[in-house]
Amino acid sequence: MRAVITVIGKDMVGILAKISTECCNHNINVLEVTQSILQDMFAMIMMVDISKSDIPFTEFSDMLGKIGSDMGLSIHAMHEDIFNAMHTI
Amino acid sequence: MLNARDILETITMIQDEHLDVRTITMGISLLDCCHSDVDTMCARVYDKITRYAKNLVSTGEQIEKEFGIPIINKRISVTPAAMILASCDDKDAVKLAKTLEKAAVACGVNFLGGFSALVQKGFGPGDRELIEAIPEALSVTDHICSSVNIGSTKTGINMDAVAMMGHVVRKSAELTADRDCIGPAKLVVFCNAPEDNPFMAGAFHGAGEPDCVINVGVSGPGVVRAALAKAGDCDLTEVADIIKKTAFKITRMGQLVASEASRRLGVPFGIVDLSLAPTPAIGDSVAHILEEMGLEACGCHGTTAALALLNDAVKKGGVMASSHVGGLSGAFIPVTEDAGMIDAARNGALTLNKLEAMTAVCSVGLDMINIPGDTPAEVISAIIADEAAIGMVNSKTTAVRVIPAIGKGVGEELSFGGLLGSGPVMPLSTYSPAKFISRGGRIPAPMQSLKN
Repeated sequence: MRAVITVIGKDMVGILAKISTECCNHNINVLEVTQSILQDMFAMIMMVDISKSDIPFTEFSDMLGKIGSDMGLSIHAMHEDIFNAMHTI
Repeated sequence: MLNARDILETITMIQDEHLDVRTITMGISLLDCCHSDVDTMCARVYDKITRYAKNLVSTGEQIEKEFGIPIINKRISVTPAAMILASCDDKDAVKLAKTLEKAAVACGVNFLGGFSALVQKGFGPGDRELIEAIPEALSVTDHICSSVNIGSTKTGINMDAVAMMGHVVRKSAELTADRDCIGPAKLVVFCNAPEDNPFMAGAFHGAGEPDCVINVGVSGPGVVRAALAKAGDCDLTEVADIIKKTAFKITRMGQLVASEASRRLGVPFGIVDLSLAPTPAIGDSVAHILEEMGLEACGCHGTTAALALLNDAVKKGGVMASSHVGGLSGAFIPVTEDAGMIDAARNGALTLNKLEAMTAVCSVGLDMINIPGDTPAEVISAIIADEAAIGMVNSKTTAVRVIPAIGKGVGEELSFGGLLGSGPVMPLSTYSPAKFISRGGRIPAPMQSLKN
């Protein structure tokens, strides 16, 4: 099962490190990372494999949300299917 | 591989444009709960609903978290209560309403629909008792929604029922006058009622439906408005195209949630209802889409044409995105539930006459409209008859959900809170239709050929 983590906000040191450390801590494999600057906002998108994760996905998603609010960033972890459903026929 | 722009588009839709799944509604048949003793029947009803829907809310919340898509409401619809009430010797409809309320609270859902009767051709056993009990049932419960189907294209309009419903709507308001007349906000009078509608207050589980089913209602007026705003100056062909594409994306998301909920709950998937359902929140308004198309205010000349385009494009876009489409499927125009409609009604741009014309080209009908508190029952019946005639002749669903603001007049406001919103009392014609309504009988079904 794959999920998409998106981080949107002001660019700062250590965003990628922090998120990937959390993934590592819970046995979540990072498959792909892209990042770009959109209208002065930093946007990072990570595709991760959550099939071997040691915590339920909803818990992981809550944790990232909390890290996001602590750092002033908007972080979402969402199941890959939602994007596939909306953007592919 | 997904591209970054698509991913960010989805995130923006959810975060900034109020994209959500409006409701997952579990339809439950109560036909096997019939019993001649009303207490035994109520016990069976409570047991069946709580057994079938015990995981509905938690499953909805889980899907919401995993997919990151808000699911605003989890609801239940049941077999029209009059059908099962027919089996009882003592047809105590209020007792049944209280049982349904208890079951709704136990399951944690925010509404349970189906305190309903289908009387388009006449009254069967239990129908009159149920309809007469509606005002009390709505005043002693918080989660129960009621609907009555009084006409259809195939049967015509039952004017005896129409006359009765004028009194029922009025009495519902009187009994809840201390709570901003919330009673009639939970009561819909239908013509051509759909049997698989997941939206309240008109949801019920039709007799032709399976034992249990999952229906999903999508939303997303904010997303459509934002897409049109981004497109800037383009002609209406392109406007229709943008709406279609956006509706497709919204509906795909609804379809995903529906199949996931159906799989996890082990209940068959019924339909996705392709409706643009607004909320009173800023940025979640159908009126604002019409204004984005180029109307100065919703309700001005041109509104009916703009709404016709919107309604049709939503269906065209949505229908390919879902394996089964049903329910009401179209744009909703509830006045108190839509920030843009509320503003337009307050400043006089939107009148009841214009709303009536708009209902001829979009789903539903005169929805969530506050009317003066001194409106006589026969005027309410006449509003219902007009609206039912539009639905009957055009082979579409129409409905009336008006709220007599007891003790208040034109310009004063009622506030219901939550999704039901608030809005001003709108003026009605003061000439009387009393004699027409008192005639009773039936308006015959219309011709289905020689269409003009």
